Formats: sequence, C-alpha cells, structure tokens
Amino acid sequence: MTNQSITQKLANPTRFMSLSGAILPWLAGLAVAVIVFGLYRGWTAPPDYQQGETIRIMYIHVPAAWLGMMGYALVAFSSFGLLVFRHPLADVSAKAAAPIGAAFTLLALITGSLWGKPMWGTYWVWDARLTSVLMLFFLYLGLMALRSSIEEETLAAKLTAVLALVGVIILPFIKISVEGLSIPWLGLEIPAWNTLHQPSSVFRSDGPKIHPSQLYPLLYCALGFTLLFFALHMKGMRNEILRRRVKALRIAEVDRARAAEAAAPAE
Amino acid sequence: MAMSPFFTLLRRDMTLALREGGAIGTALGFYLIVIAMLPLGLGPDLNLLSRIAPGLLWIALLLSALLSLGRMFETDHEDGSLELLAIGGTPLELVAAAKALAHWLTTGIPLALLAPLLGILLNLDLSAYGVLVLTMLVGTPAISFLGAIGAALTLRARRGGLLLALLILPLYVPTLIYGIQAISGALLAGQSFWPSFLILSALSLGSLVLGPLAAAAALRIQLQ
Repeated sequence: MTNQSITQKLANPTRFMSLSGAILPWLAGLAVAVIVFGLYRGWTAPPDYQQGETIRIMYIHVPAAWLGMMGYALVAFSSFGLLVFRHPLADVSAKAAAPIGAAFTLLALITGSLWGKPMWGTYWVWDARLTSVLMLFFLYLGLMALRSSIEEETLAAKLTAVLALVGVIILPFIKISVEGLSIPWLGLEIPAWNTLHQPSSVFRSDGPKIHPSQLYPLLYCALGFTLLFFALHMKGMRNEILRRRVKALRIAEVDRARAAEAAAPAE
Repeated sequence: MAMSPFFTLLRRDMTLALREGGAIGTALGFYLIVIAMLPLGLGPDLNLLSRIAPGLLWIALLLSALLSLGRMFETDHEDGSLELLAIGGTPLELVAAAKALAHWLTTGIPLALLAPLLGILLNLDLSAYGVLVLTMLVGTPAISFLGAIGAALTLRARRGGLLLALLILPLYVPTLIYGIQAISGALLAGQSFWPSFLILSALSLGSLVLGPLAAAAALRIQLQ
C-alpha cells in the first residue's frame, strides 16, 4: 500500500468517490470566491488607454483560451493513461474533460468576437489565433462526435483516446501553420498565415508586457476559472461514475428478471 | 515471382480499385462537378476566379479525396478479410500503410493530375500549372495517410462518412495552408516557393509514419 502512487490509489472508483465528495464543495466554493474577487478587481481596474472599457473582456477571454488548451492537454493525458496504463478512471476523466474544454474554447471564441467588433470593426476576422482556436474547437467536436457514434462504451473510449493522441500530435502543426513560429536563436522564422491579433502579452521571455493593474485581476481570474474547470471536471467524473453504476445495476436487474422468467414453470 | 506481403496487398487493393472503377470515377466526377459549380455560385468574373483558383482546386481536391476514404477498410471489414490480415504475419501497420498507399496511387494522383484541367475552368494562370500539380502530388500523401486514421476510427461508427469528414478535415489544415502558400510563393514576386514546399513535404513524410501507426492501433482495438 505504501508504495502506491496517488494515481494508483485513486484507481479505485469508490475511493475516488469518497475523496472527491469531500473535496468538491470546497473546490467549488473556492472557485466561486476567487472568480468573484478576480472579476471585481477586473471591474474596478482602470480602463486601457487604447482599448478603453473593452479590456475587461480580456479577464474572461484569456483564461477561457488558456483553459481550452489545457482541457485538450488533459483529454490527451487521460487518453494516454487509458491506452498505456489502462487506468480505470482515465476514460472517465477524458470523457468528462472534453465538453468542459470545448465549452471554454467556445467561450474564448465568443468573447474574442465580441471584443473584435469594437476593435477590428467586425465580429469575425480570419486572424491566426482565432483560427487556431477554432480548429481546436473542431478537434473537440470530433472527439465528442466519435464517442457518441459508437455504441459500445469501452470501444468508444479507446478509439476516442487514439483520436485525442493523434490530435495532440497534429495540434502543434496546426498552430504553427496558422500562427507561425519564431525561434530567434535557432534562426527559425515561419511566418503566420495571417494575423491581426495582438501577440500574447503575459507569457514573454522579457517578462509580462501588461500593466500590473491589469495583470493581477487577470491572474486572479485565471486562477478562479482554473479552479472552476477542475471543480466541473470532478463533478463530471462523479456523474460519469454514477451513470456507469446505474447502467450496471439496470443490466443486472434485467438479467435477474430474465433468469427468474426462465426459472419460472411454464403455464 | 515471390512478392512481399506489402506489395501483394498493394497490388490487390489497386487492382480492386481499378477493376471496380466506381471509386476513382466517382472521386474524379465529384471533383469536376464541384469545380464547375463554383463559378455558378461565385459569379463568372474571370479575374476573381483566377485569383482564388489554387485555393478552390485544393479544397475541392480535399473533399473529393475524402469521399473514397471511408471505403479503405470497410469492404475488407465486411467480408472478413481484415480479420485474416490482422491475424496474418504482416504487421497491421504495414497493412494500413499498403491500403493508404493504394488510396494515394488510385485517388490522390488522379485527382492531382486532373487539377490543371479543371484549372482551365477557373482561368488559372498558365504559369501556375506546374507548381500546382507539384504541390498536389507532394501534399496528397498526407491526405491518404492521415485519412487512413479516420477510416480506421470510424469503421464501426454510425454515420461513418460524415463523421470521417468532421474528424479528419481539421488535420488537413497544415497541408492545405502550406500547399497554397507554396503556390502563391512561386507565383508572387518577393515570396519564395521552397520553404513552404519543404514544410509541405515534411508534413507528408510525417504522415507516412503517424497514419499507419494510429490506424493500426484503431484497427487493433476494434478487431479484438
């Protein structure tokens, strides 16, 4: 027992249910508190000197875009766990993460287009970063469509996992082909397909290029939405485990009824 | 003459595709009709058509190639020969590679060779013909080999054909972008052809590895 890792310990769904049941209310409460605080700080932060009040969209848009990408990474990680380690909860995790990641990706697209209207004059432009987020959304749709179109659940789980791993291999190529790539010290410079979007202003080698009065609310919001993501993910996993139990109980019920019918003397 | 299982399978699949005739003919016919419909929808402005012709030809080619992808493993799955291939001595990866290669030889190449002819309908600049066919010949292996993944994944799915398109089209984004970039690089002054063309080649070579591996994994899961 002592040399079991945490993931091995959680492999027992019953243990996962009791542990997550204890954690979930705290996680969800903390997520709400941090989001409310972050949004309040965002609301009271000074408007941007160029973008004005529309900068406040960023406090939702940027965390949503991060979580959309993180969600796909989580799906791929869980898929790897399913195919390689056959971890019993891996598919539950992958299945629960996909719709949540897709929802955050969609939120990033919607908030992006709402921001684009006053800034670029149109709801949708074929900007490189918008396009690559749209492609990420399509990959999510593919995962969910494949899963829903295969009747047998274990088969659907494994095939969806293969698709998720193929997607995670190809995703960087999609991203680079659309957004371009620049690695100065290698002398590598791949131009972007088309861009209007401002480059990332938080993760930069020369430090964040965003004023602290805007950076801190953004970080609080990012933390809050990340907590929300994991709370939703945990809830989704619990639902999925319960759904599978109900299904197993129903099948057992039907089997019992059939057995009783067969055992009963014919009239 | 003894042949390796790979080439035997390749020859069998190509023979089947050529004898049936339907598959290649349908893809070429679909390509022709899509391109013929485009000016009806976009208007007969020859300047506009000639400017967007490379993109239209590439997109229509993707769609036409998609049509026949679903059949890659389906017929063999229906008559049980896929199971025989799976328990035979040839690795499933090689089986998938042979089938993807057969698809490229019987669909990718004919479509790429038809493209310049359809370019006439779109008033494509004469100087673009060579580079158009070249980028298509180099780019289409990615369509067949990545497509093999989709064909294998949707083997037992309901509504396989539509699903296949949804799964696979996003994976074609890099090929499409660099295919078009290479063409415009060759045609427009101040841009270069080679970087995009080399990336396009690299994508095809990468898909030669990824496609059979992932397709074989998907087939194995379903044949268990």
